[in-house]
Amino acid sequence: MMVVPRSSEKPAPASGVLADAETEEILPSAGVGSRQGPAEGCGPARPQTVIQPRSGWIPIDWRELWEFRELLYFLVWRDVKVRYKQTVLGVAWAVLQPVLSMIVFTVIFGRLAKIPSEGLPYAVFVYAGLLPWTFFSNGVTHGGQSLINQQHLLTKVYLPRLFLPSASIGGALVDLAISFGVYGVILAIYGVMPSWQVAFVPLLVLLTVVAALGLSLLLAALTVAYRDFRYVVPFMLQALLYLSPVVYPVSLVPQRFHWLLALNPMAGIIDGYRAAILDKPWNLVTLTVSTLSALGLLAVGLLYFRMTERKFADIA
Amino acid sequence: MSRPAIVVDGLSKSYQIGHAVERYPTFREALTRRLGSPVRRLLGKGGNGTQETLWALRDVSFEVQPGEVLGIIGRNGAGKSTLLKILSRITDPTKGRALLNGRVASLLEVGTGFHPELTGRENIYMNGAILGMKRAEIARRFDQIVDFAEIEKFLDMPVKRYSSGMYVRLAFAVAAHLEPDILVVDEVLAVGDAAFQKKCLGKMQEVAQDSRRTILFVSHNLGAVRTLCTRGILLQEGRLILTDAVDVTVRRYLDSLEQQTDGDLSRITARRGQGRTRLRAVTIRSEGQITTTLSTGSMVRFDFLTTGSLPRLSCVWAIYDQFGQPIASFDSCRQGRDDQSDPGAPMTLTCQIDEFLIMPGRYRINAAIYSAGVLQDHVEGAVFIDVVPGTVRGRPTWDNGGFGRVMLPHRWITPGGREASDEGHE
Repeated sequence: MMVVPRSSEKPAPASGVLADAETEEILPSAGVGSRQGPAEGCGPARPQTVIQPRSGWIPIDWRELWEFRELLYFLVWRDVKVRYKQTVLGVAWAVLQPVLSMIVFTVIFGRLAKIPSEGLPYAVFVYAGLLPWTFFSNGVTHGGQSLINQQHLLTKVYLPRLFLPSASIGGALVDLAISFGVYGVILAIYGVMPSWQVAFVPLLVLLTVVAALGLSLLLAALTVAYRDFRYVVPFMLQALLYLSPVVYPVSLVPQRFHWLLALNPMAGIIDGYRAAILDKPWNLVTLTVSTLSALGLLAVGLLYFRMTERKFADIA
Repeated sequence: MSRPAIVVDGLSKSYQIGHAVERYPTFREALTRRLGSPVRRLLGKGGNGTQETLWALRDVSFEVQPGEVLGIIGRNGAGKSTLLKILSRITDPTKGRALLNGRVASLLEVGTGFHPELTGRENIYMNGAILGMKRAEIARRFDQIVDFAEIEKFLDMPVKRYSSGMYVRLAFAVAAHLEPDILVVDEVLAVGDAAFQKKCLGKMQEVAQDSRRTILFVSHNLGAVRTLCTRGILLQEGRLILTDAVDVTVRRYLDSLEQQTDGDLSRITARRGQGRTRLRAVTIRSEGQITTTLSTGSMVRFDFLTTGSLPRLSCVWAIYDQFGQPIASFDSCRQGRDDQSDPGAPMTLTCQIDEFLIMPGRYRINAAIYSAGVLQDHVEGAVFIDVVPGTVRGRPTWDNGGFGRVMLPHRWITPGGREASDEGHE
């Protein structure tokens, strides 16, 4: 019952007015035929959904997340797939990014500024910091924009929204794995043999994911309501880079300020990577404070996300 | 019957108009608003006196039995989409509650989650997962989907290279092969070419025939609503006005369209478009006078008066019968040899019809005004006309009871015989 708007650039596939006209004649004869057989695997169990106003913090529905787990996989897969489509170098970018940063940092901070690198070749030292940092920085950048960049997934369909920032982190994890491979090559070139403590790396990666996910959830939810955060995030990450011991060792900071430095979860985490891979002494103060701080960040992120989630569709 | 598939009980949804207007509040504003009124904030939420509440849905209750196909009818802004969004769990209601028994899938937009860079094959999986299908389910129906969309040859091409028709076909195909207990569908048939709409409707009807499948259906195509649905509900300004058999509901809706006008178009609030110019009135002239009663075969002139002159003004309008089926449409952009322009009347578009070849009955006219291809105004039921029997090239027309809506000028050659003519049939 409408006259379909016509776009000036592209001729519409068919004027809706005319298309409507088609249907009258068509419908009576359209495929009424036989129904398909009994539904495949459709048991008697019919899920019941209750819809009512909710307020405050909505508990996480773990069962639903499990139900939708394949969607998370697809979202991550799409993220990775799309990122390097139509780039000449493709996945090589995942290798080049950290390597180029390493070269730049080595020249500027290692050679020119002569920042100490705890007795290691500066390139080896700085790359150990760049591993978690690049992951964190990319994860938070994409995760923070994941909701506003996919508004139609908020307003036109229901899915567990927690998956959108999570998928960005998942995508960054794939790059992290590639970077680890590159690091193996770099270590071999410099003849540095990692110690048995490398076994702790998976735990540290998990901790990095906690920190990145926590911040992403918070920023994603904030950005839906306040677009300002689009501009805040790049500055914030740049500041955070220098507040994290990426280009310098924690030992450069006076010991009594270590706990303060470690309130930034990436500080303890980066220090931990160096301890695990390069056989440096563990700094338990920074590691403990950063672990708590990362967990706190995730808690705040989840809480805020779940508190504002039910309004996403209305304000996006 | 077993328990209902859907129970909706007193559902209401309000929006803060303040939010709707300044769509992207900045953080600073929120901060100053909050910090500036700590006392008010402590006392509770009654802070922002300037904000107005708009009720998109007010106290709506109804039940749907399993296997029913329910059409939701109403003007733009009546709350149809809001209702569907709540039932799809996209947004929470402000008050009330709804119960859904069974797996729900909603199709509020065709191709949600399609990524232009991904290939057709990849998007089928992606889109299926977004709509709630399991990977194995998608794999099982993959061939059916591809078949239905007719894109086999382009399966491994990024969808950004698809024609818009192919894109829509693929998107609908994925959604059409969902097999939920409850399917919520909003206006998806408004896209695609005629042949494909035909196919979609066929598929929808196939789904609708399944007695286990419950469907909620919103469309502006009342013909489709009448064919697919068994029952209809009518929404008006967020309230549920009527729940009844679909024919009754559609008729009531068409009546309500007629009541709104009384000739004064400024009273119609359900409009679309940018609004830089509006349709002010439609005047119809026939046989030297302004009228809304026309006779078949007469010369008729439709004047569409707008409220302001804009560059490249154009008009699209259509005539619908009393069942909501479109009968004829007109588009001033499709130019013909005899078209003229009149710089002396910058705000009026005139459509001259030399022979009004429409059979007797009651008809409704929808009209849209564009400026440079951009929709400015769209009015449903801008004017209603009654067509009475007349003469087409010397042949008297008659009230054929709705058996065919148009009169084609024609000549008969009959076997002759004295008694055959002038008698009619009994």
